[in-house]
Amino acid sequence: MARRLPRKDVVVIGLGWTGSIVSLELARSGLDVVAIERGPWRDTATDFNIGTAADELRYAVRHDLFLRPKQETLTMRNNPSQTALPIRKWGSFLPGNGVGGAGLHWNGQTWRFLPDDFRIRSHMIERYGATILPEGNHIQDWPVSYAELEPYYDKFEYVAGISGRAGNIKGEIQSGGNPFEGARARDYPTPPMKQGFQQELFAKAANDLGLHPFPRPSGNISVAYTNPYGCSMAPCTYCGFCEWFGCANYSKASPQACVLPALIRQPSFEARTECEVTRVSLSGDGKMATGVIYVDADGVEWEQPADLVLVCAYSLFNVRLLLLSGIGKPYDPVKDEGVVGRNYAYQTGSGTTAFFEDVKFNPFAGAGSLGIALDDYNSDNFDHSPHGFVGGASITCAHTNGRPIRFHPTPPGTPTWGGAWKKAVRDTYQKVANVSAQGSVMSYRNNYLDLDPTYKDPLGRPLLRMTFDYQDNERKMANWMADRCDEIAKAMGAKATQINRLTGSWSVVPYQSTHNTGGAILGSDPKTSALNRYLQSWDVSNVFVMGASAFPQNAGYNPTGTVGALTYWAVDAIQNYLKSPGPLVQP
Amino acid sequence: MSQRADDLHHTGITRRSLLASAALLITTTGAGARVVTKVLPWRPNEAYPVKPVVPGGYLFFTAIEAATVDAIVDRLIPTDELGPGAKDAGVTTFIDRQLTGPYGGHDWLYMQGPFSEKPLPTQGLQSPLTPRQQYRLGLAALHGYCTATHGGRGFIQINPEEQDKLLAAMEKGEVSFPNFSSRTLFGAIYANTMEGYFADPIYGGNRDMAGWKLVGFPGVRYDFRDVIEKPNEAYMLPPVSLQGRPAWGER
Repeated sequence: MARRLPRKDVVVIGLGWTGSIVSLELARSGLDVVAIERGPWRDTATDFNIGTAADELRYAVRHDLFLRPKQETLTMRNNPSQTALPIRKWGSFLPGNGVGGAGLHWNGQTWRFLPDDFRIRSHMIERYGATILPEGNHIQDWPVSYAELEPYYDKFEYVAGISGRAGNIKGEIQSGGNPFEGARARDYPTPPMKQGFQQELFAKAANDLGLHPFPRPSGNISVAYTNPYGCSMAPCTYCGFCEWFGCANYSKASPQACVLPALIRQPSFEARTECEVTRVSLSGDGKMATGVIYVDADGVEWEQPADLVLVCAYSLFNVRLLLLSGIGKPYDPVKDEGVVGRNYAYQTGSGTTAFFEDVKFNPFAGAGSLGIALDDYNSDNFDHSPHGFVGGASITCAHTNGRPIRFHPTPPGTPTWGGAWKKAVRDTYQKVANVSAQGSVMSYRNNYLDLDPTYKDPLGRPLLRMTFDYQDNERKMANWMADRCDEIAKAMGAKATQINRLTGSWSVVPYQSTHNTGGAILGSDPKTSALNRYLQSWDVSNVFVMGASAFPQNAGYNPTGTVGALTYWAVDAIQNYLKSPGPLVQP
Repeated sequence: MSQRADDLHHTGITRRSLLASAALLITTTGAGARVVTKVLPWRPNEAYPVKPVVPGGYLFFTAIEAATVDAIVDRLIPTDELGPGAKDAGVTTFIDRQLTGPYGGHDWLYMQGPFSEKPLPTQGLQSPLTPRQQYRLGLAALHGYCTATHGGRGFIQINPEEQDKLLAAMEKGEVSFPNFSSRTLFGAIYANTMEGYFADPIYGGNRDMAGWKLVGFPGVRYDFRDVIEKPNEAYMLPPVSLQGRPAWGER
């Protein structure tokens, strides 16, 4: 029997980007807020000390910062006819753990989805007819528009200090920015990062091809900046240790750099770390949450009563927590009914590796978001009628790092070891650029999340089961994008290229992207969505679920900008909810 | 690789004891929780460094295993006119120390059964064998195979051409060892060799930053604003590791 603690106004599950933002905004309104986080407390000064942070083996190879699969993992299979097995070691994606969550170890690429992305189903049918939609798809319009989210994107970008160049301010196209982006109220808070030599080549080649390159929006910031919460950030030093690392310079936007210093000063806020929420507790009729049950580091079970429960864990674990708590009807792909676990989606990766001669790219001088991108092939910015696929990709010549355990490329045909390999590694290190396409993944009836029947976590609870594969639509799109990347690489002057296509089934082994979306999506119909347009559970009105689990399908961008915007959008809705509790949308 | 608990022992204070003392102040909260409120809990000069590997002897490998690993990594990355190879850069010591840490026991991985006999290739690692077991069983199997097919000579006794031929066959899974996958053994040694040759020297490999010097990686300088300002120009400064540079003296 759980020991019962004194009631709080709000309990927040997970203290990453979304958890820290909602905690700060609600604590500032005078509410008593407790955040419960299963991982450790993490501070820049202590945990990402400049004398220890730049350690490729510890962080990028042994995964020191990430959730340990021993504590929790998921099982996976490619389709419902197979038996799912546990992901014993992370590969394809890397869920974070501890205070800061994935907002700590990300690269910092901070995008807004395009206006068309929010009504992709209607838009594609209007322009091409319903036959363009792939077989078995569950593509849904978002119940919120780009215009509605714009002020909230702006808010998140100003909290995170994002460095970039606007392409469209209030409808006026700006030179040097992304001409395809939705209209924004004002420019980015800080100017774009400096770029490397390969980005110069890419920008010139793209311009020559009639494309529209621009510096990609970056959470590694270009200049010193103090955000609206009074948190100060320092200029990025291009150290080359962003993704999978904490930043020792206060240069990468993170909850640690941008939110926690303000949050911790709120007298009505408290964080409890190393405590794992096992479920949201419900009233007898299952219609209201009464708080959460959690287990502390000593294995003792506690009940934390609260009036409002905000589910702010990583997207996949939000879905698992809803399933374990019995909030919302679990999705059943056979009957095509239910909502929790529905519309899991991911991201495609394809592109080309380009080999040059007589260049010094100095790959070690990079940053997670450094890069020149173009959106000519994203969303519906190009005519899809000849191609037979839905979706698109942002194409980027990025330059994140030259860390040599994982980055020691050799040209095609080089032996994998021995003296010839060693010479090729030495001769090639300075001469490789990647042009890559990060693509959308649509939602499908047979790509979903549920609870595994066999495998359990150390507390005896079933693991989440992921059933996912790339579909023909995504393969077609990603491979067409790979050819576009290759064209640009050749125009950059590459002497040889190696095209990376999307072939075969999705595998957990190679790292791809920690952009897991869907499973607790927002929508306008409770039969096909777990949340209403305000991220409020249709079934339990004092539960809101933050994060990329809310995306109805994934776009050709990194998710964090949209996660941040949705969080601020939900905060405003929660303020309204508090004035008059109950469903914010009548089903 | 060093576990956080080990690091904290190093400083003479455990996080658990920190938790307990913090929690005692707040009686309404579970004692097993770390409670953070009102101020950020960091203190100056508190960090979690890894414990530097001290070379000398082996903690996991037997003498014959160490000699065999030495011979294998010396073929994978040989010493030549470009500089030291993996053996001379201390990669065998690196692997030995990694195997004695959490990596060697797959301590952080999900190792609960049942273990499938027929996993899909897309499902990744599904073996119950830890790296320690892979090396112990795999090196014994290699020895058994090698002596049986090379007139009683083990891997360290056959000539370099024979070694290369055997390694190439292991890489492709073209040889069958008694009771162990030759490809699995090759895969483990290959991955650990790359790690050891290019990881920070604090872990025992990449001695004198040989791997970094080969490619021109400047290490942990953590500030390359000067490089970004000078595109397509050669970088001339020598590398720096987590423990500094030899010229800075013993640390």
